[in-house]
Amino acid sequence: MSVAQGVNYLNEDKSLKSWLFTLDHKRIGVMYLFGVMTMFLLGGIFAILIRLELLAPGPDLMTADTYNQMFTLHGAIMIFLFIIPAIPAALGNFVLPLMIGAKDVAFPRLNLASWYVYLLGAGFALFSMLAGAADTGWTFYTPYSTTTSTSVISMTMAAFILGFSSIFTGVNFIATIHKLRAPGMTWFKMPLMIWALYATAVIQILATPVLGITLVLLVLEKAFGIGIFDPAMGGDPVLFQHFFWFYSHPAVYIMVLPGMGIISELIATFSKKKIFGYKLIAYSSVAIALISFLVWGHHMFTSGQSELAAMVFSFLTFFVGIPSGVKMFNWLATMYKGRISFEAPMLWALSFMFLFAIGGFTGIMLGAISLDIHFHDTYFVVAHFHYVMMGGTVVAFFGGLHYWWPKIWGRMYNETLAKISVILVFIGFNMTFFTQFILGSQGMPRRYFNYLDQYQPLHAFSSYGSWVLGLGFIIMAFYLIHSLFRGKKAPDNPWGALTLEWQTSSPPSHHNFDEIPDLDHDPYDYDKLMVVDDKLIRKNGQSEKKETTVN
Amino acid sequence: MDPNGTLFFPEQGSTIASEVDLLFHFVLYLSIFFFILVTGGSFYFAWRFRKKGEDQFTPNISHNTSLEIFWTVIPTILVFIIFIWGFKTYLKMNVTPANSMEVNVTAQKWFWTFGYKEGATTTNELVVPVNKSVKLLMSSQDVIHSFFVPAFRVKMDVLPNRYTSLWFEATKTGEFDLFCTEYCGKGHSEMIGKVKVLSDAEFASWLASSSGPSDLPPAEYGKELYKSKACFTCHSIDGTPSVGPTFKGVFGRTEELTDGSSITVDENYIRHSILEPQSQVVKGFQPVMPTYQGVLNSQQIDALIAFLKTVK
Amino acid sequence: MEHAEHPKFLQHHFTDAEQQAESAKLGMWIFLLTEILLFGGLFVFYAIFRSWHPDMFYEAHKVLSVPLGTLNTFVLITSSLTMALSIRAMQLNNRKQTIWYLVATLLLAATFLVVKYFEYHHKFELGQLPGRFYTYEGINAVNPHIFFSVYFTMTGLHGIHVLIGMIVITWVLVRTIKNDFSSEYYTPIEMTGLYWHLVDLIWIFLFPLLYLIG
Repeated sequence: MSVAQGVNYLNEDKSLKSWLFTLDHKRIGVMYLFGVMTMFLLGGIFAILIRLELLAPGPDLMTADTYNQMFTLHGAIMIFLFIIPAIPAALGNFVLPLMIGAKDVAFPRLNLASWYVYLLGAGFALFSMLAGAADTGWTFYTPYSTTTSTSVISMTMAAFILGFSSIFTGVNFIATIHKLRAPGMTWFKMPLMIWALYATAVIQILATPVLGITLVLLVLEKAFGIGIFDPAMGGDPVLFQHFFWFYSHPAVYIMVLPGMGIISELIATFSKKKIFGYKLIAYSSVAIALISFLVWGHHMFTSGQSELAAMVFSFLTFFVGIPSGVKMFNWLATMYKGRISFEAPMLWALSFMFLFAIGGFTGIMLGAISLDIHFHDTYFVVAHFHYVMMGGTVVAFFGGLHYWWPKIWGRMYNETLAKISVILVFIGFNMTFFTQFILGSQGMPRRYFNYLDQYQPLHAFSSYGSWVLGLGFIIMAFYLIHSLFRGKKAPDNPWGALTLEWQTSSPPSHHNFDEIPDLDHDPYDYDKLMVVDDKLIRKNGQSEKKETTVN
Repeated sequence: MDPNGTLFFPEQGSTIASEVDLLFHFVLYLSIFFFILVTGGSFYFAWRFRKKGEDQFTPNISHNTSLEIFWTVIPTILVFIIFIWGFKTYLKMNVTPANSMEVNVTAQKWFWTFGYKEGATTTNELVVPVNKSVKLLMSSQDVIHSFFVPAFRVKMDVLPNRYTSLWFEATKTGEFDLFCTEYCGKGHSEMIGKVKVLSDAEFASWLASSSGPSDLPPAEYGKELYKSKACFTCHSIDGTPSVGPTFKGVFGRTEELTDGSSITVDENYIRHSILEPQSQVVKGFQPVMPTYQGVLNSQQIDALIAFLKTVK
Repeated sequence: MEHAEHPKFLQHHFTDAEQQAESAKLGMWIFLLTEILLFGGLFVFYAIFRSWHPDMFYEAHKVLSVPLGTLNTFVLITSSLTMALSIRAMQLNNRKQTIWYLVATLLLAATFLVVKYFEYHHKFELGQLPGRFYTYEGINAVNPHIFFSVYFTMTGLHGIHVLIGMIVITWVLVRTIKNDFSSEYYTPIEMTGLYWHLVDLIWIFLFPLLYLIG
């Protein structure tokens, strides 16, 4: 029986108070979603302004100081307030308990606390923005950060506080995955998204505390001059870089691993095909999580580190690349002999494969030390991490958002506009950032307010690309907001997927599943099962009404 | 883009450059091959196995161990080759030839100073002979900077608490761009200069003429210094305020200071501002100017004062 | 309510009390791991600076008071014991004993902080302070202020943890008095205990590293 007219988590209590004090992981996920989307908008505006300033050499729109604050805010907001929480805390919060057949995460209060801590962190970041924004870059390198007169402390505190929010989510996810799986869901029956979230949570809890203590020391250094990063007082500024990257390189995988999880779901669902090499994909997530702790030094090949250190870091860097490459082959093999359809989420997934491949290959180039010497701190690096972070994570996030949108809101969006949007984003992204590979290898350094005339044509082209990119997102904002109010009612299982979250109503009821879901199949058994109009069809031809729907 | 360069690289100006480029192109073609394999494959499969008509079940292909081993091992071998290759070139970059000519490099916000043993100092212009290995011994006066010459494919951070070094051997004469690549604040993108590669004979005569005292008239010498010591990065002579106050009409002007007092700009104030720039800062500006103690000698300061008197 | 048969401490999303207790325990262990890593970062800083300036560390550590440090070590170990005993008492349903042991733990924690206060106060007076506040002249070594930066950061962060511990212990104490716990359900006391043992453990590392160099 359809519950569309019935009570669901969105309409059971519409008061503001019921949202602000909710312990429901779905509502917390939705509130996170609003948070991260707001931050994406803000960070995106900074990005467009940066590209506008770089349209031509010389000061056009803003002063050098303003420009430096802009790219700092763009980086800090996008990384700490958007990408890191986007997939785990927003989408993950919503889908994780649903996908493993649980009623909620293990610690709902901690989950809500994580959201408020996130808000507090965002508050600090905004305060920093208004009180003379930090101009250090999101990396806060000493001794520049300890000597500049801008409000570095509040920005650092923001990152510190947001770290706690991230740790809370990580603790919650690990406990939930260990203890709250539905009866019968063994580790190898979990959807790959869950493996990815698990590996992410491991990194979140292992790396974030180290960043926390590093940022505390930075604040103490700046506020009280404790001298440990100050060369004049016997400290060492490069020490900060080591500690910063010990967190921030694994943080790259906090960002990209859950994206890979989403892609695994999308490829399987839209190819209607059993995922190829399930175990290899699952293990590779964990392998990436562990190796990622040992490669931080590759951000510092030009910092004067010893040859031995450079050799070890370069070597390990290549090995963290292998599992990512393996995943690509596995996704490809999953598509083989599938039944592929091209709804918007699948287009996002195909974009991901294209863009992430480029991000990966340029990562291999950067891993080779002699090449990194030339590319380090140029636009080549900027382009590379945008291909990984945006072409990878952000594209996967939007793929996931479109995929689970009907489940979250119980409404569909306009498919045609969604296709136009993903195509515009794809084209605009490549225009903006592929150009920057060439700029970088030609020698254009990053974080430059002004540049030499010879780089002008490519800079201009990159800026035009940013407008196409922006247009793609404006269209998306339009049809998504339209869908919230006017969207067509979504079926329980619009994509015919076999994972558990599609077995409950859209949107789900407060308790997710009114009965403990029945696990009679694996998440990717498309060789035996098929869902048509919310009905499960078995291979022997017998059609049956979905049993787990609320009666 | 560099007319002498390729799509991806500026022209090759040093002995190491061709080696770096070769590895890059090796990885590039390898990447293109695998890129076509993966994304071409995904697009081909997407089209070949697109959903057609009625719903069908898909085959149960869960894994294929030998295939998976194959596509794990092959990339592993390839990246291993890339690793060895990259590391070998890096070692070459790191081992300075014994007979190198040494130049001291000082980085500070936001200019480069190059000091030669013979006594010459230059700002934002590194002059070196062709076909001779040059070792740069670098340190910073304030924050971290990074020395980068794209045409030479060399880069090294310049740190405030220790010396770092870098070497290169230029293979052709001409001028090459020089950038600071470690973000260092407001003037980061102005912290650029040139590497001028001269023939042996030209270099010798340049070194000889630059190492003695100047015989230009003071005001003209001051104007030279204004350019060569990069004063213009922060002080305009056309009246536009920049990082620091403009020099237009500066001499004899009365300025209000950050502590509220005011002062008339005279010879002593200028000298004081060059040597202890943070002590009397004009209101509305940040105390960011570095000291020129040890960078400018008294003849040069006199020349700058003479020059400033002429900027009206 | 629909889950009327559930005991009131059982949250709706758990199937039974065992699942809830196990989840809490796992979550707590993960949290403690993050705490260890947080301090781990500081221990690495300590190791780096000590290896760079071994003589300075040796000279500077002499101004720390070993008797006071030893006293505090003793106080904290005892408080770990009383904490453990309070859990034991609750397992035996002896609420009164639990209350007294918790009060004892609180008093010992307060003692620790009072001793720490006197140590800090003494150093403030002498100017044995971190970084640019360092004015003491009795240490014959280069950059002794670094030692005090490390000392104050590590003991300061630990002190904050003691303070948080006291707040949490007060909270479980109030709940114990309100009769929220029994031998069936005492997870919060147990979790507090785990946290408290960690705080104790960290001090057991801090004490020799800072007070007993050489």
